[in-house]
Amino acid sequence: MIEEGRKPQVGFFDFAGCEGCQLTVVDLLQTHLDLLEAVEIVEFREALTGTVDHLDVAFVEGSCTREEDEVRLKSIRDRSTRVVALGACAHIAGINALRNSIASEEAKEIVYGEQAPLISTYDPRPIGAVINVDAVVPGCPINPEEFQAVLVKLLQGRTPELPDSSVCMECKAREIECVYPLRRPCLGPITRSGCGAICPGSGFQCVGCRGTISNPNLESLSQVVLDHGMSSNDLERSLSMFLNWQLGVSKPCEARDD
Amino acid sequence: MTDVSVNVHHVTRLEGHGNIVVDIRNGALENCRFDVVEAPRFFEVMLRGRSYLEASHVASRICGICAVGHATASLRATESALGIEVSPQTTLLRELNMLGEILDSHVLHVYMLVAPDLLGQPSVLSLAKSAPDVVRRALRLKQLAGDLCRALCGRHTHPLGMTVGGFSMFPDSEELEALLGRFVNARHDVDATVELFRKLTFPAFDRETEYIALWSPNRYTFLDGEIASSLGEHWPLDRYLEVTNERPVAPATSKRTSHARSSYMVGALSRFKTSHASLHPRAAAAAADLGLTPDCCNPFFNTVAQVVEIAHAIESAIELLKSLLHSGVVPEEPVQPARLSGSGVGACEVPRGTLFHAYQYQDGRMQTANCVVPTGQNIGNLEEDMRAFVPRIVEQPEDSVRLNLEMLARAYDPCISCATHLVKVRFHP
Repeated sequence: MIEEGRKPQVGFFDFAGCEGCQLTVVDLLQTHLDLLEAVEIVEFREALTGTVDHLDVAFVEGSCTREEDEVRLKSIRDRSTRVVALGACAHIAGINALRNSIASEEAKEIVYGEQAPLISTYDPRPIGAVINVDAVVPGCPINPEEFQAVLVKLLQGRTPELPDSSVCMECKAREIECVYPLRRPCLGPITRSGCGAICPGSGFQCVGCRGTISNPNLESLSQVVLDHGMSSNDLERSLSMFLNWQLGVSKPCEARDD
Repeated sequence: MTDVSVNVHHVTRLEGHGNIVVDIRNGALENCRFDVVEAPRFFEVMLRGRSYLEASHVASRICGICAVGHATASLRATESALGIEVSPQTTLLRELNMLGEILDSHVLHVYMLVAPDLLGQPSVLSLAKSAPDVVRRALRLKQLAGDLCRALCGRHTHPLGMTVGGFSMFPDSEELEALLGRFVNARHDVDATVELFRKLTFPAFDRETEYIALWSPNRYTFLDGEIASSLGEHWPLDRYLEVTNERPVAPATSKRTSHARSSYMVGALSRFKTSHASLHPRAAAAAADLGLTPDCCNPFFNTVAQVVEIAHAIESAIELLKSLLHSGVVPEEPVQPARLSGSGVGACEVPRGTLFHAYQYQDGRMQTANCVVPTGQNIGNLEEDMRAFVPRIVEQPEDSVRLNLEMLARAYDPCISCATHLVKVRFHP
């Protein structure tokens, strides 16, 4: 996809999010400064000024949360050969979709009071709800090794694919003790692997930030939660942290990204 | 220059979106504003109804670079609301974790965002070509900070092992020994950092204001303490609203804060001015080398205060690591809540200033949340600086005016991704 002798031009863009995924990329340079030899970073607001006409790969962090975001997303799409959703906010609307269970007008009123009419916002959505996305680096934040693997595949002209097994498989492989006996509504059974089960491995629980596997069995998950003495409310709250968009807990019912 | 409009959209090299709007007509400043334009994120709404055990994990997502600070302030607010007294070991581990975040963020700011300006480089990427050793040193310090946080809480963005009442993971002594060795070695990198910034020249611009920071009698605090003003007053944390006095300013989505004067400043310079007596001797020596004195009123020197805090963070981390190795880390169970309803305030000093989280719980579920972030507190002061600074540079070419104002904004190290919030929240179940 890139002619001989020219470095691939890469850009980073951000919408509503915490910018932790871009910082994770910066941190990757601590051990892989040679990445700067492999690509030319042409747009990166945190470090560079200016814009370019063409990008080989555009990494987009954050969710689309207002009309004006759509215009900028489409301009990035028009200029880029490949667009990659970087992190949960871009991939599945991430933590931003936590507020999708209440109306945007009410959310504005709660947070901004009298200033609410000045605020422009709608239900947060993944960038894939607005533009075509060629690849995804999932997670909140992204896994730096996975970012690197996706970048390498894209530079080789291949299509990166995500694993489709659950986080439970990684817990077993790493011999991490299951947190269900501790009565935690862990989402490992339905969440896409690839993170090394870092959350259960650190004494927390899986909260689903990488999105669901292609065939999540919610009924069975629900039963597991009940069998361990927790309520369906516990499960619902756990699911809402990152999966509101994917599981359809959202007012605008336009096309989902997968 | 008679009739000029400088409108720098999406100010680069800030960790977020901001607009500087300056209108100069016939050599006079007509309009000068720093607007936050980032899409609002509604964290107060997201926190509503969350369990007390989940709040810190939602709160850390406010900001990728202050993730440990947001999680820590959130945990302290929850613990205060639910009557939880944490162990001395928990406090020590949290202080150490905060030092990791201070080091990580300050190195990012002074080396990757400020140094290129002062060295005449358009960006850190070109600096990597012209001065690779400088960039490698910065990356080495950042990696050390990240590895410290990883050992203590799984990762820096977003921390996993910190929980209400304590920690859910513990570093082993081998990890701590290895980190201690690397922190001791990092003194060379600190010396080189001080040497680099000693040679750089900051714009001369003094404007005295009120300086606010957390303060503790015998330590340079990044966690807990009282709120202190450079004008001499002290307040307990639960009176933070008397200090911040947030007020809405349309049409920006960010509120302004003020106390005794029309604005105040938070951040490294404020901490230095209120707590310099508690700096580690090596950090105090760095301050002397760099020409930073407690009477400094030049906002550009916030960067210099950050360099001093890099030296202090390294020395403090060495002391805390030694203390942990001496006592041995005990895998403690988190302290359980004494009650499930109540309200409380948590505060810490994140890299760019004082951060407050205030929560109210009913039966273990969040009823209301309020979060006052440093950049929100600094914006009013930055605007006033700009008003005072513009007349001094107005005769310069337009490009130079633009660069000077961008540098002034950057000196505050604003983190706009967390500064979008702003009005107190009332939840009506």
